[in-house]
Amino acid sequence: MIHPQPTTHNPQRPSTHRVVVTGMGIVCPLGHDVEAMWQAVLAGRSGAARTTIFDASTYPTQFDSEVKGYDLTRYVKHLHLHRQGNRGCQFALGAAVQACHQAGIEVETDTVHDGIDRTRMGIYLGSGEGAVDAEAFFPALVAGWDQAAGRMDWLQWAQEEFGRSLPSQVLEQEPHMPASHLAMLTGARGPVRSCLTACAASTQAIGEAMMLVRHGHADVMITGGCHSMIHPMGVMGFSRLTALSTRNDSPQTASRPFSATRDGFVIGEGAGILILESLDSARRRGRPILAEVIGYGSSADAFRVTDMHDEGRGPVQAMRAALKDAGLSPADVDYINAHGTSTKENDSIETLAIRTVFGGQAKKPPVSSIKGAMGHLIGAAGAAELITCVLALRDQTIPPTANLTDRDPTLDLDYVAIRPRKAALEVVMKESFGFGGQNNVVILRRFE
Amino acid sequence: MDSRPRVVITGLGAVSPLGLSAAALWEGLASGRCGIGRTTAFDPSGFPCQMAGQVPAYKITDFIPKTSRKAAKLMSRDIELAVIAADQAIRQSGLVTRGIDPEHVTIQPERAAVNLGAGLISCDLVELAPAVAASAVDGHFDIRRWGREGMTAVTPLWLLKYLPNMLACHVSIIHDLQGPSNSITCGEVSGHLAIAEAKQILERGDADVSVAGGAEAKVNPMVLLTQCLLKRAACEGGDHPDQACRPFDALARGSVFGEGAGVVVLENADTAAARQAKPLAQIAGVGHSCSIGPTYQSLEPDGLGIRIAIEKALADAGIGPEDLDLVIPHGTGIPEDDLAEARGIEAALGRTADTVPVWPTKGLLSNTGAAGGSLDLIAAVCAIGSGLIPGTRTCQQRAPGCHLHIVTSPARTLIRHALCCSYTYGGQTAAIVLKNPDLD
Repeated sequence: MIHPQPTTHNPQRPSTHRVVVTGMGIVCPLGHDVEAMWQAVLAGRSGAARTTIFDASTYPTQFDSEVKGYDLTRYVKHLHLHRQGNRGCQFALGAAVQACHQAGIEVETDTVHDGIDRTRMGIYLGSGEGAVDAEAFFPALVAGWDQAAGRMDWLQWAQEEFGRSLPSQVLEQEPHMPASHLAMLTGARGPVRSCLTACAASTQAIGEAMMLVRHGHADVMITGGCHSMIHPMGVMGFSRLTALSTRNDSPQTASRPFSATRDGFVIGEGAGILILESLDSARRRGRPILAEVIGYGSSADAFRVTDMHDEGRGPVQAMRAALKDAGLSPADVDYINAHGTSTKENDSIETLAIRTVFGGQAKKPPVSSIKGAMGHLIGAAGAAELITCVLALRDQTIPPTANLTDRDPTLDLDYVAIRPRKAALEVVMKESFGFGGQNNVVILRRFE
Repeated sequence: MDSRPRVVITGLGAVSPLGLSAAALWEGLASGRCGIGRTTAFDPSGFPCQMAGQVPAYKITDFIPKTSRKAAKLMSRDIELAVIAADQAIRQSGLVTRGIDPEHVTIQPERAAVNLGAGLISCDLVELAPAVAASAVDGHFDIRRWGREGMTAVTPLWLLKYLPNMLACHVSIIHDLQGPSNSITCGEVSGHLAIAEAKQILERGDADVSVAGGAEAKVNPMVLLTQCLLKRAACEGGDHPDQACRPFDALARGSVFGEGAGVVVLENADTAAARQAKPLAQIAGVGHSCSIGPTYQSLEPDGLGIRIAIEKALADAGIGPEDLDLVIPHGTGIPEDDLAEARGIEAALGRTADTVPVWPTKGLLSNTGAAGGSLDLIAAVCAIGSGLIPGTRTCQQRAPGCHLHIVTSPARTLIRHALCCSYTYGGQTAAIVLKNPDLD
């Protein structure tokens, strides 16, 4: 048996750095900038509507939460470098330009005067794959399938695909390409990584990016996530899992985390980007500080790929690891921004996990999920939601859970429903749990 | 003084075109056996490249506990390869997990991490095709018919086979590893980045052990289509597959793609020593950066991102270029990328670049995507352990502009430190320095 020495992060240790947020940007179903999104979240306005990206009129779920009217030219000058990027990548570019602007990081230039050594600036995204090119994918399968023989004719398939596919399009499907575009945009030469831990990806990216800054591997990290799974194969996959709400007659009330009548999540898309920076670097550059990132915890359920552990073992461990990392106890947490997907399973087990960690104080921290308004941005969800945590600290206001008009009687935390709530907020916790059992929690503190 | 805990490798697991174990990988590399042949996984006649590095036949049930047999139905090939390599690496480390022997577990599950690199998993087209074809009206795909009827024929858990994080999830479930868990999806540099992150997680004390590496099954029509469209695949030399992939050679014409998994067990050196585990090598330094040209397909010609990654890795290890006795480059056989990498290595190593042995492996191993970096690290560990650099047989005449000291025949030597480089289309780069454990 291994008996490790307890090793906790010591903020006093000179080799570690405090990490702060100096910029944020978002492109999401509720708007194409941070303030527009925040107003919609506070108002509980839903981003959901009937699907327009592809013809979903015969799918079991015929609505989603789409980014509407997005125009990359508003953000990016050198369009030829980025026009081929996949849908999620295009959102990431817009969000990154906003975030860099707020943090005073120059983009699209060869000569920088922003005081950041590019070899000390990195990128860490939780980003998803691009959409399968439906115009090539489906026809090639139809052409290649030999029904009589019951097998694929690969020669036929290849002819069809080679005739229809574009090199740039297949390249841009790769999940790490958005990070490549952001590197091109910003000139970052530090650590560049991408992860894809399903619905927990961007929270994980932010947590690991924080660690890279804390331990001196970078001064500045451009982090967050982007994803769009609103395409015929993505929606099919979630539909077959029966994970999506089928409330086709009322898309705007379909995402209802913690409600008794919740029936699945509403798939969304978008990108959220945060600039994390060492406190020293931010002070040296004289940048306003939006919040401090003080804790991160990651865990695995190690249970089943099909279900969450029935006692929420992984989420419990991730929360405890993040608290330990921050040097806090549960009583210090003033607000929990939940994963809260609006599926039966997640919302129940997440509630149970919070009860386990917070024990007798479980009803003290208010809990809400902005997915009621936003929908579920999958890989980008955590980043978008963490941005609302920073705004909650700024405005001392807890964003509400939209559509939570009929709380599930078996769930008994202090859920903030329908209307925002004023509160004294010092410490907020953001949690994200991925399909397959990878869990991530990040803790923020108001910066004085 | 560096106060960080040292991180050592105590177990190796490899599945590659050279065989189903790390021992087979090393035997193949040391004897110059080539794992590349004509593609048999599907009929490649419609593709300009008809070669691949395929893993020999295996039965997944031989590598998983009986209790995991149901879960095995949800494993795509990428997941299977990762699971096999992880099982092997954990067994060699001597650590006992639930998957090895549930009665005698020696690890603390909450202190065990999983950091696995993965590719974009290609879905099984044969599985999908009948449902898609049945959705055609007058020979044309009809998405409304697909939504109404076709997709109901797709197995309900379909998506779970193709989420890239499932490699890590299955490994964590089989072995009950509940600590930090991540899935790095960064193309061909994923294995390096996953191991770099695992090192950092152990250094900061968030885990005592990590099962880290990468896996990818790149022998399928979707991947081959992509690589042919991107003009990265070698389209000549089909008559002599063992000569087809020629990193840094004047006759290089592209890469040959393959499949595999490389997984290592990383441990805090102190906890490894406490249980008398033999360290096979120390992960002495890691560095990463990026280097991309405007097409996003090739490295910048000067290989600057490679240079920065190497310089950071050497600094992280606290050594200079003169302390290196082996470099395993990424070396794909794609001429412009090889040249950029050579320039990056030369710039980082300075005068030492003329003499330090450079040994590319993909001529024998093929380009196994997310698995490639970790297979190279395992090869480097074996080279350190045996004091042998096997050399490559597919670089007879260096490409113009490449001045690296490519080893073309077996060389016996003490390897103090080995440097492994990696990058991907998209431009992310990484370098890892391994240290000979006998030097401590």
